[in-house]
Amino acid sequence: MKIGVLALQGDFAEHIAMLKRLKVETTEVRLPEHLKGLDGLIIPGGESTTIGKLAVAYNLMEPLRTFAQRHAIWGTCAGAIFMSKDVRRDQPLLSIMDIRVERNAFGRQVDSFEADLDIPELKQATGSKEPYHAIFIRAPIIESVSGDAKILASVADGRIVAAQQGHLLATSFHPELTTDTRFHEYFLSLAD
Amino acid sequence: MEQQTGTFAVKKGLAQMLKGGVIMDVVTPEHAKIAEDAGACAVMALERVPADIRANGGVARMSDPDLILKIMDAVTIPVMAKCRIGHFVEAQILEAIGVDYIDESEVLTPADEANHINKHLFKVPFVCGCRNLGEALRRIGEGAAMIRTKGEAGTGDVVEAVRHARAVLGDIRRLTTMADEELMSFAKELGAPYELVKETKELGRMPVVNFAAGGVATPADAALMMQLGVDGVFVGSGIFKSGDPAKRAAAIVKAVTHYQDASILAEVSKNLGEPMVGRNVSQMPEAEKIAGRGW
Repeated sequence: MKIGVLALQGDFAEHIAMLKRLKVETTEVRLPEHLKGLDGLIIPGGESTTIGKLAVAYNLMEPLRTFAQRHAIWGTCAGAIFMSKDVRRDQPLLSIMDIRVERNAFGRQVDSFEADLDIPELKQATGSKEPYHAIFIRAPIIESVSGDAKILASVADGRIVAAQQGHLLATSFHPELTTDTRFHEYFLSLAD
Repeated sequence: MEQQTGTFAVKKGLAQMLKGGVIMDVVTPEHAKIAEDAGACAVMALERVPADIRANGGVARMSDPDLILKIMDAVTIPVMAKCRIGHFVEAQILEAIGVDYIDESEVLTPADEANHINKHLFKVPFVCGCRNLGEALRRIGEGAAMIRTKGEAGTGDVVEAVRHARAVLGDIRRLTTMADEELMSFAKELGAPYELVKETKELGRMPVVNFAAGGVATPADAALMMQLGVDGVFVGSGIFKSGDPAKRAAAIVKAVTHYQDASILAEVSKNLGEPMVGRNVSQMPEAEKIAGRGW
């Protein structure tokens, strides 16, 4: 199995380090031809406006949409925003998941936080009962899911922070900033 | 399920989100929009870019909070702002208005000539400048969650940025080949906390994100710093002191992403108009250099 990480901007090196720990072959994706031969793709955290503009400038939008039809894609934070259908402002979006996202929904950087999440699917898939410790950085929330997109996780007040639609995965938080590999393992099970 | 804010993981985490990106100095909300539209991953809000601070002379202080707030309103990307070295009240004010990162910066006139701010006391993260690994690790010891090499701000001359990046990255390379019993002596030589020297050796890199700054004026300058091994680039005067800021800003963003692809670098370097005039650092009197500020 070979997993690409979109390397236009953001913490792609952190995702690559996680995949290497799991002994998965990885490559950085900056141009459309880099998608060839991949079984899945991670879109990292970063600034969604920067990532979107660079994806448009280097003709990645349509190749990414085509890739999503048959392959697993996981977006963390900015990546989740980029995969969504609607963020209520004008910026390039892949529109490959039936989710509506609100950017910077928890406030500015001083409101960034860490919290434990209860994620039943993750417990089931990995056989681990430990709560998932998540890191949120100027994080978006998933305002709503539609179609066959389903909610994977919410914070204590009920706001949605992870969703899945078939082989597509979106999280508001950053598993790549932790040492817990369970979320990456879960994504690899979708790519397999 | 309790939420914890202001942890070192979330402070350091925002810098990790900025990696592979360009942080641009802006002095008006209009500049900030141009920077965001060009693909900047963050902006530094200030009243004057370093080239103008040099030209004006006098005491350079924190910018007017009202200007910073207007810039924060204009864009959705993170907004940073500068306080003077050691001026913890300016930092308290910047935290109170909600900036996303504070740059405790040598570009402003230092308020304390012996001590930097105790950055552990703040919820907002700090970035600090360095010229070598010892200075970087002292700042991290004080709580900085991001480092930038200083370069010589406001000159458009990349030579000092290269010198400082080579010093930091070279020291890290030396460190990774040292025996453990040599670390205490190396920590003494660097003037750096032992635990951070040890951590740097184990990681094989700086424990926090490390950007380049000070003198970057062209896409090639930005890609040079990336190939030397930094995580991203600050561009101060280089954009809005040039002939076509929007075009140059977009080109530098692309150059940082495609820093290893010379054909893309050639493409983005075409027809950018006049670069900032620049000042040759080697012909500058020592008293005018600001990189030496920091203890």
